[in-house]
Amino acid sequence: MITKVRSHITQNEPPLFERSSPGKKGYQLPVLDVPPVDAVAALGAANVRPEIDGFPEVSEVEVIRHFTRLSTWNYAIDLGMYPLGSCTMKYNPRVNELVARLDGLAWAHPYQPETLAQGAMEIMARLEAALAEITGMDAVTLQPAAGAHGELTGILLIRALLEKRGNPRRKILVPDSAHGTNPATAATAGYAVENIPSNERGMVDVAGLERIVDKDVAALMVTNPNTLGVFEENIKSIAEILHKKGALLYMDGANMNALVGIAKPGDFGVDVMHLNLHKTFSTPHGGGGPGGGPVAVKKIFEPFLPLPRLKHARNKWSFDYKRPRSIGRVRAFYGNFGVMVRALAYILAHGGNGLRNATVDAVLNANYLRKKLEPHYDLPYKAPNMHEVVFSDERQAKRGVRTGDIAKRLIDYGFHPYTVSFPLIVHGALMIEPTETESKLELDLFVEAMTSIAGEIDTDPELVRTAPHSTRTSRVDEVTAARRPILRWKPGETASKAAD
Amino acid sequence: MSYPENLRYTKEHEWVRAEGDVGTIGITDHAQKELGDIVYVDLPKVGARIEQGKSLGSVESVKAVSDIYSPVSGEIVEVNESLGQAPEKLNQDPHGSAWLVKVRMSVPDELKQLLSAADYQTYVGAES
Repeated sequence: MITKVRSHITQNEPPLFERSSPGKKGYQLPVLDVPPVDAVAALGAANVRPEIDGFPEVSEVEVIRHFTRLSTWNYAIDLGMYPLGSCTMKYNPRVNELVARLDGLAWAHPYQPETLAQGAMEIMARLEAALAEITGMDAVTLQPAAGAHGELTGILLIRALLEKRGNPRRKILVPDSAHGTNPATAATAGYAVENIPSNERGMVDVAGLERIVDKDVAALMVTNPNTLGVFEENIKSIAEILHKKGALLYMDGANMNALVGIAKPGDFGVDVMHLNLHKTFSTPHGGGGPGGGPVAVKKIFEPFLPLPRLKHARNKWSFDYKRPRSIGRVRAFYGNFGVMVRALAYILAHGGNGLRNATVDAVLNANYLRKKLEPHYDLPYKAPNMHEVVFSDERQAKRGVRTGDIAKRLIDYGFHPYTVSFPLIVHGALMIEPTETESKLELDLFVEAMTSIAGEIDTDPELVRTAPHSTRTSRVDEVTAARRPILRWKPGETASKAAD
Repeated sequence: MSYPENLRYTKEHEWVRAEGDVGTIGITDHAQKELGDIVYVDLPKVGARIEQGKSLGSVESVKAVSDIYSPVSGEIVEVNESLGQAPEKLNQDPHGSAWLVKVRMSVPDELKQLLSAADYQTYVGAES
């Protein structure tokens, strides 16, 4: 039975372009109190255009209603659980926002002289120190804009160190359970990618690894816990195998939410890793909005870190650009500063014990869901799981219902879908990550929904195969959207479709 | 599901058909069914060298991007350009008109390491 939601009226809204009436304005300028300048005479005709084709001309209230109406079509973490595995969709505490909106921080300018930016610089330095402590690493750069950017920075650091040692080497090993960004990163950094298969428990096969690691291997990129939510028990031996052959261990820190305050990657042999501030450290996530992908390294990598580095001398912060071995800048200015402020607010508001508790609760919540849902869904890897759990649709597939159908039916129950068909080593994966955000009450609603759907598949599989039934739009044509995408609105082309 | 007798198969679900020293490479019927609707194919250029067991390109479906592992080593002599405009052919005719590349094989003996139609059918049966 659906108990969490009921349907309610939402308003249709076309693209803003189609709301346009010529001459309408949403602003009023004061009377010009300086002599007018002719733009064409001042800039040249080639640099001036009288009209922007199709630019919407609307009133203020039309703009407000447009975006407010669209916002009512959304599902958000502020409405309920967002169990998207591998994404750590946790609540963004309001205190983070409060701090980030302080005038001196919100209005800080990257060209502000160092003497007037001491507070902002200290925030960055404190965040670097906190992340170094949490990861057990020696130094941190905050520049990368998000996870994949952090990965690329990390692998470029590895390349720089190996080049300094005389040979950058040729290939990077990536387990078959890895995030797709890992092989993409290795290739972008100029390395050949070699996939290594997982063993039957979903972990890196240590004996197999020992056979492959040779003088051509620059590094292994490992996610720990991995995408099955399973901790790589042999991570220390894995690090030793690599180090013995002069190779390095890169850790994708996407799943750090399972480790903060419990285990430090620096202690189990990791040389370079990135963090996702927008996952583990509760900064806003999604919508393509600014993220944060700091990279934490062991001491040997410090000379190669991106420019500039923060320096503290005579009680003053300054930016150090005189670092000849640096890989250079990886981002304009200093990275996404507003995101750093939020992450530090989260860390300080929790304190060490609070962060540890969050980790424990995240792991507890995932295990609670595993236990409650195991009678209804097939669990292909039985190793203890940490912050997330991966089921397969094997039982449901026999009745013609696949993981994507179950996910869409979940929408009718008032939940955002879990992650579908990933990791690829699980056939028909349902990847569920509740995070520490959820109370037992919300988790129980989720269990009720998933159990009810399992029952529907037994009695009425067609109901699930054709879901969702309560949304504005049901199934969209994903295939045509991918094969023949329309990427840009053009006058007249989409008007008839907008109200669908 | 079909398993033509005149093809040799890999465990990664590619096939190769040898005519003289030229091998035509594609993905199997089983592979296209598992991938679902294919929306994009990334193939090498004519003249590229490929190695047995290494990725020669990828196919993208609405579900995922998957590597295509080459069944044999050699040099690409022809690429099926028609798949660029019509990737859906891979779902319709994977063993025929939706072949991917033709390769001049440098180690014809590699064919012996590949699966026969019967062995591949048994392997697919065991996997699913």
